[in-house]
Amino acid sequence: MNGVQGYMYPNEIGLIWSVLIVLYPYITGLVAGAFILASLVRVFNVKAVAPTYRLALLTALSFLIVAPLPLQLHLGHPERSPEMYFTPHATSAMAMFGYVYLWYLMAVLVFEIWLDYRQDIVLFSRSTTGWKRILYKIMTLGSDNISERSLAIDHKVSWIVTVVGIPSAFILHGYVGFIFGSIKANPWWNSPLMPVVFIFSAMVSGIAAVMLIYMATTKWRKLPIDMPCVDTIAMYLFYVFILDFSLEMLDLIHRIYEADESFRSLDFMVHTKLFVSQIVLQLIVGTAIPIIMLGITQVTKLPAMVRRRIYIIAGCLVQVGIFSMRWNVVIGGQLFSKSFLGYTTYKMAMATKEGLVAAIILSILPFVILAVLVKLLPPWHEEMLGHDVADSKPQALEV
Amino acid sequence: MNINRRHFLVMLPAAAIAWKYLQAGTPEASPNYTMSEHWWSMLIDIPKCIGCGNCVRACAAENDVPDGHFRTWVERYHVTDYDMVNPEVISPDGGKEGFPAVGEDAGKYFFVPKMCNQCADSPCTQVCPVGATFVTPDGVVLVDQSYCLGCAYCVQACPYGCRYIHPEKKVADKCTLCYHRITKGLTTACVENCPTGARQLCDLKNPNDPIHAFLKTHHVQVLKPQMATGAKVFYNELDGSVR
Repeated sequence: MNGVQGYMYPNEIGLIWSVLIVLYPYITGLVAGAFILASLVRVFNVKAVAPTYRLALLTALSFLIVAPLPLQLHLGHPERSPEMYFTPHATSAMAMFGYVYLWYLMAVLVFEIWLDYRQDIVLFSRSTTGWKRILYKIMTLGSDNISERSLAIDHKVSWIVTVVGIPSAFILHGYVGFIFGSIKANPWWNSPLMPVVFIFSAMVSGIAAVMLIYMATTKWRKLPIDMPCVDTIAMYLFYVFILDFSLEMLDLIHRIYEADESFRSLDFMVHTKLFVSQIVLQLIVGTAIPIIMLGITQVTKLPAMVRRRIYIIAGCLVQVGIFSMRWNVVIGGQLFSKSFLGYTTYKMAMATKEGLVAAIILSILPFVILAVLVKLLPPWHEEMLGHDVADSKPQALEV
Repeated sequence: MNINRRHFLVMLPAAAIAWKYLQAGTPEASPNYTMSEHWWSMLIDIPKCIGCGNCVRACAAENDVPDGHFRTWVERYHVTDYDMVNPEVISPDGGKEGFPAVGEDAGKYFFVPKMCNQCADSPCTQVCPVGATFVTPDGVVLVDQSYCLGCAYCVQACPYGCRYIHPEKKVADKCTLCYHRITKGLTTACVENCPTGARQLCDLKNPNDPIHAFLKTHHVQVLKPQMATGAKVFYNELDGSVR
């Protein structure tokens, strides 16, 4: 009956959080991860990954713009969502979403991108004509002083913004984990490790995404891929991945060893309804294989071409693994009854507000936004009119 | 008071928000009812329930509950002595039309009516991002459906599966303990229609309510006490296998 095995409470049979709610933590994860990669350049002075700095920021912004859309589509009354800003309920983990989101969007990402690009924007506003000129003029926000002193201030402020941005990125995504982890009614979600696992998996997916986007765009522009750059990114990806994997294993081992009242039910679910998405896609295809692949590149000296291919395959598998992880958390958490006596089935709708088509459109949308942003604010080294981001001091241009 | 243009512009957003609340008006008056004098709960006497489904039908009719969703439902447990922790449970259409005949096999059968536990420390209230769900001063968990976003976080947070998203209104819906009735001195639809008196509405603040004597003399339990939700639906002779 209705894809139900055993006994579900009658209100539990249909899933209420759909594939769009899977997409939301996946997208915010990419945002947080991309930003952390950018911060490696700015705060931790990892010069090798500088070619991806601006691209990482623009990627983070593109995905962050899309992040609230799946939530809006999911809401029964999206027109009431501003109430979360006006009358937030202090005890709700979800109530802070609007503030965390706005803070991260405006105070961190947009501000940092603006500071970083300000010189370029001013120069573009002088060198372009027509509507582009008007657009760049608006984007300068009336601040067209690009003297050496002014740029030095930009640089300093930008550094502070990034320093503030790192905990903000952690909060943005850790908070998403907390939304799930704090639900005591649901043993699949209820774990203090959830926010930490979310943060590390975010870093994994975001770093891998920027690496893939960098390689794809460089190939598109018919330029050689900066191997020291991708090697460094892959190294960070590997170590963060190890941490992420360890945390997830800790959670798993803890659950198995403790074997509380929910264990039998959850264990059965993992071996049946979630077998493909959890065991096959998340753990084997999306975690074990890419970790081994990345591990091989760390301990052997492979030719650049082979390394590139490994990075591309591992990067793609990482995305499969992390998306599966979000799927298993969100969908898996609703497949079993809170009575621990039965299981239901998720029937994904197709062309509805919360269906597959909407999910696919929302997955493509960030790339469209990224294409527009890249056109408007070229992130490439050779097109940077002003400074080299890895340098401690920007170069002022006499125009 | 002199208000210049600058002051006026500053005050405009605040006035707009205030106007909204002014428009919302005062709550509907309920004469002869003082919230602070009551603390509502429910007693469910399991041995008395015969699984007729009257309560489910009465609730659906009284509260216009959409098909396939339940503010209250009845479960039938079948517990065998060789597997007491994994009972066989059924609730066909929430028990609305009763239950099929029991088998001849060993074990015990009993009915468990379920409904919102009107938790004093309710997780659903805690998680609502805008406070659309709240506990009234007389102890009933309600949803302001004109305010609810329909995010369904409360549905996820309820350990008892008592909430659902109303398919037409697109907001959270649940048992209101027939608040529109009890504040007028009536009892709930489910209590009124129970032929065996298995359900009793109780007012814990009323010293003359028979619940006090009952609680003193019976083995009474709440569902999932480990959840620490302050559940106020008390079950007499609740079997350990009930989830």
